[in-house]
Formats: sequence, structure tokens, C-alpha cells
Amino acid sequence: MNIASLAPLAVVLPILGAALTFALNRNPLAQRAVSIALLSLTLLLECWLLASVWTTGTASVTLGGWQPPFGVVMVVDQFSSLMLVVSSVISLAVLVYATGQGMADGDREAPVSIFHPTYLILVAGVSNAFLTGDLFNLYVGFEILLTASYVLMTLGGTGPRIRAGVTYVVVSVVSSVLFLIAIAMIYGATGTITMADLAIKLAELDPGTRNLLHVMLLVAFGIKAAVFPLSFWLPDSYPTAPAPVTAVFAGLLTKVGVYAMVRTETLLFPGDTLNTPLMVVALLTMLVGILGAIAQSDIKRLLSFTLVSHIGYMVFGLAMSSVAGLAAAVFYVAHHITVQTSLFLVTGLIERRGGSSSVDRLGGLAKLSPLLALLFFIPAMNLAGIPPFSGFLGKLGLLQAGIALGTPLAITLVVGGVVTSLLTLLAIARVWNRAFWRKPEDADYPAAVLKDTAAVGLLPRTMVGPTAALVVFGVALTVFAGPLFQLAGNSAEQMLDRTAYIHSVLGGNAKVPGIAAPQGDAPTGAVPQGGGK
Amino acid sequence: MSVNLTLLIVMGVLYACGIYLILERSLTRVLLGLMLLANATNLLILATGGYAGLAPLFNKSTDPRDYNDPLPQALILTSIVISFAVTAFMLGIIYRTWALARQDDIQDDAEDRRVAKTPSFDAEDDSVVPEETSEFPVTAVTEAAKEGGPL
Repeated sequence: MNIASLAPLAVVLPILGAALTFALNRNPLAQRAVSIALLSLTLLLECWLLASVWTTGTASVTLGGWQPPFGVVMVVDQFSSLMLVVSSVISLAVLVYATGQGMADGDREAPVSIFHPTYLILVAGVSNAFLTGDLFNLYVGFEILLTASYVLMTLGGTGPRIRAGVTYVVVSVVSSVLFLIAIAMIYGATGTITMADLAIKLAELDPGTRNLLHVMLLVAFGIKAAVFPLSFWLPDSYPTAPAPVTAVFAGLLTKVGVYAMVRTETLLFPGDTLNTPLMVVALLTMLVGILGAIAQSDIKRLLSFTLVSHIGYMVFGLAMSSVAGLAAAVFYVAHHITVQTSLFLVTGLIERRGGSSSVDRLGGLAKLSPLLALLFFIPAMNLAGIPPFSGFLGKLGLLQAGIALGTPLAITLVVGGVVTSLLTLLAIARVWNRAFWRKPEDADYPAAVLKDTAAVGLLPRTMVGPTAALVVFGVALTVFAGPLFQLAGNSAEQMLDRTAYIHSVLGGNAKVPGIAAPQGDAPTGAVPQGGGK
Repeated sequence: MSVNLTLLIVMGVLYACGIYLILERSLTRVLLGLMLLANATNLLILATGGYAGLAPLFNKSTDPRDYNDPLPQALILTSIVISFAVTAFMLGIIYRTWALARQDDIQDDAEDRRVAKTPSFDAEDDSVVPEETSEFPVTAVTEAAKEGGPL
């Protein structure tokens, strides 16, 4: 009995909260209190998990008494517990923000009686996806969070949301079907769906079959993570949802896809079989995403495109499959979740204060509301990667790892990463110049609210508070970047080594296979890690 | 591992029809396509369980090889429940689309169309920098700098 036995509570508590809030749907005040209290409790539990994994190492818990590889296992390692803590901080902040918005607006656009239970189920699905050690359970986790996200995406059922929701639902269902096909084929080929067991059995397969399974999983996760050729759906569907919903989607849902890609690459299919295509895809994701962002005039759409673009950085770090690259990618995921969510929350505030989220209609916000300008400026500079912020540190880690790798493709990606960073700065600076710095009269079609300097009540404290807290959390990631990078480095080492993970699930006697050589032209043997190709 | 050829052919036909239908623009057909895809996948999972066998209820006198593999059926059950929920939700969306727009088609994103029509010239970003309008008088130094002459 150790602390890891409590890990399933990270899934169970939000689901319990969903049931309670659903029962309390006549009493919005009690609903809000219950959901915030339960999420805070979950966050505390996850901090405890992270602390215990930090000291005692990877731990696993079997559910229902079925021993692996037959039953479902949950595995807590440093990467998953880090993701859990960051995701809970985000979801708690967004929940408080949404509560504030609901209290201020009288729930016209976001019926609160549905919002709270659905939101908690979304959180449960995200936690399940991070914790699970079973491929089919990962699919179930994805479905829990996706089904909740369908409801949140079309909240209120207005015309634009339904239109965006259709794209989102159809694309998500297709990606889920692909994932399920991949699971069926993996089960047919190996006879198991426990990830630790798969790590051993997939290595014994014929390289051609293994590559097929590998590509199918990556395509399914690539749609969810919005990697370039599969990212078309994201900027179309995210911006129409209510601000808190877009914020939590942007922060968490794509990162769950990235998390699944990291697990696939490191645990199930180690080695560098698909590193070259992944690097090309990462480069295209960065450049195409950011060029899309520059063309936009709506802040929410612009941020959705930068979201796609920055997924490229994480895929780049993953594709290097070296400790340095993977560590930087882990750090970047934690940084990007926080920054992207805070930017979307601030955009919600901009929309309230300025009456629009289109830069053509905004102007002079810096003078109207200096606090809002500050809240936008810090995460915006963080996203663009201006020193000393965590965005700069994450990108620096990725670029260093790329140069250490030294292949022509890696160097191209380093150049592409710098260009993307500069173009992000350009896109963000355009928003800043137009929405914050110019005079309201210079806006193309200024909204009437812009001239009303007395409209302070448009920014309730309950909404500014969580936004500010999240911005401060983002700055804290910068201040404590040292320990965080150490944690990321440790988790990268563990993920590439795989011994701790496999032993914690299957017991200390399980044999960990060496990294398979590409295309089977050499006998399976231990290729030195950290070298990449 | 032996597989049932009829099941495989049915699965292939379902996949083909499903993919054809989700490429349509009408929402109802897309929904039908998604349902066919989900069912084809269920058949695929069933096929991974191998040949048909006895019900997997433990009996000491039965050879383990005579049992059917129960896990794929458990997986199918889960996936049926999930596709049921998603289908119900999609039906709700289709009804709402009909109520709002009186049409069954997937609509274009208006903002996409607008951005695509935007000219590459942007009046604010790309026009010639206007004359100096600051309240400070133009000095000889800035005048010289404007002409590119030595300071």
C-alpha cells in the first residue's frame, strides 16, 4: 500500500463531482461550491502524487484485482504526474473564471446546470488518459473527454457553435475510429493491450507490421494533437466556443494527444524508425501554423493558429528521441499548457472590455485598462519566447538538443524553430499594436464600449482573479525553471529507459527488450540511447 | 489464427460505404457513414478474437483452447456504448442545424471565407509611412537623416 493506490481518485473525484453537481442542478450556488471544492481536492491529491513519485519512483496500481497483463493498470510516473498537476491547475483556474463569468452574465450563453457536470467529466477523462497504462483504457479516456467536449463546444446551441461543433465532432469521431482500428490490429498481432506488456511483445513483431501499427497510432493521435496535415479542424472549431471552454480545450485537449504520442514513441515503439517523417511534420506544423496566424484578424483564431504552430515544437523535441530533446519537449508541454490557456482567458476579458475579439474593432485598451494590458503582455511575450520567460527556456532547450544532434534535418528544424518564434512575435505584436496601443478612433469599426472609460464593471474580479493567478503561475514556471527542467530531464531519462515503467507494471523479473534496429537489418540489440539517428 | 471470410468481406464493404458516406456534404449521410465505420470496426475487433468457441465460463474438464476469447467482446461492448452516445448527440446536432438553418448541409466557415478574400495589401501595415506629425519641430539632424546625407 503506497500513495499510488490513491491515483484512481484523480479520475473518481471529478466523476463524483459530476454526479453531485448534476443532482444539484436546481441550486447553482451549491453546484459551484461542490465543483470548485472537488477540483481543489483533486489538485492537492495530484501534488501529493507528484511529490511521492519524485522521491520513490514510478508506481502502478491494478484495478479490480486483475493482475497485468490481464487487467487495467494505472501507472504514475514523473511525466504523467507532472501533466496531472499542470492540467489540474489549469482546469481549476478556468473553472473559477467560468463561475465568475456565469455569475456576472446570468448564464445566458452558458447554461450553468449543464456546464459544471460536463466540465468535471472532461477533467476526469483528461486525468484518465494521463494515468492509464492500458491502450484500450486510453481510448476510453479519450472518449470520456471528447464526449464532454462535444457538449461544451456546442453549449447553448447557437448557429456558429453548431456549425463549428459539426466539424469538431466528425473529425474527432473519425480519429477515434482510427485509434480503435489500431487497437484491434495491435491486439490481433500481439494478444495484449497492456502498454508495458506491449513494449515487450511489439519488439518481437515483424518490422513491417510494427511500422504499420506505429503509423496508425500516430495518425490517430496526430489528429487529436493537431499536427500539420491533420490540424485543419482546430482553428475552425475552437474560436466559437465560450471563452473558458476554448481556454481549457486549447490548454489540455491537444496536449493529451501530444502525451499519447510521447507514450507511443517512447514506450511502445522506441528507436528512430519514424523520426525523419516526424521531424518533417514538425517543421511543417510550425511554419504553416504560424503563417496562418499572421493572416488572421480575430484574436481567438490567431491564437488557435499559434496553438497549432507550437505543437510543432513538442513534436520536434519528441522526434529527436534524445534525453535532451525529450526533456525540452516535456518542459515545453508544461509551459505551453499554461501560457496558451492564460492567453485565451485574457482574450475573453478583452472581448468583454472591448466588445469584440477582432483587432479591426479594438484600440486603446492599454490606456483603458492597464491591468488587462499587463495580463496580455506577459503571456504573449512568454509565448513568443522572449527571455527570460519559460517559453525562451523551453525553445533554448529544444534548439540546443537539435544542434547537439547535428543532422542536416535537425539543423533545418532549429532554423525553422527560430523563424517560427520570430513570426509568433510578429503576430503577437500586431495584436498588441492594434488592440492596445493605437487610439480607439483609429480602429476600423470601433465598438461603442471602447469610448466608455467608466465601464469598469465589465471586468468582474472573479474573472480577472483566476486569469492573474494563471499568469503568475506561468511566471512561476520561469522562476522555478531549474527544478522543473530537472524533473523533465528525469522523466525523459525514465521514458527512454523504460525499465522503471515496465518493472512497476509487470514486476521486477520482466525482461526489457533492447531498442529495435530500424527495418530489422541488424539483430535486435541495445543501441546507445540519447544519440538519435 | 483463423478468421471468418464472410465477416471480413462484410467488414470491407462496411468500411467502403462508410468512407463514401462521410465524404458527403449532407449531415445525415455523414452520420450514417460514421455509424457504418463504427460497426465495421466492431467486426474487425471481433475478428481479432480468432475462431468461434465455447462460452468462456470456466469448467475444469474443458481444454483451454476450446474457449472463445472474451476480451474482444468486452471491447466491442464498450465501443458500442460509446458510438451509441455519439450517434445520439449527432442526431441532436442535426436536428438543431435543421431548426436553425432549415438545411442539412455542412456550412462554410464565414471567417475563413473572409480571411481568404483579404487582399495581401493591408492599409495599416503596408502603406507609406505618413509625414511626421509630432508636435516637436523637425530638426536639421532628422532632416539630414531623411535625405540619407551625412549627419
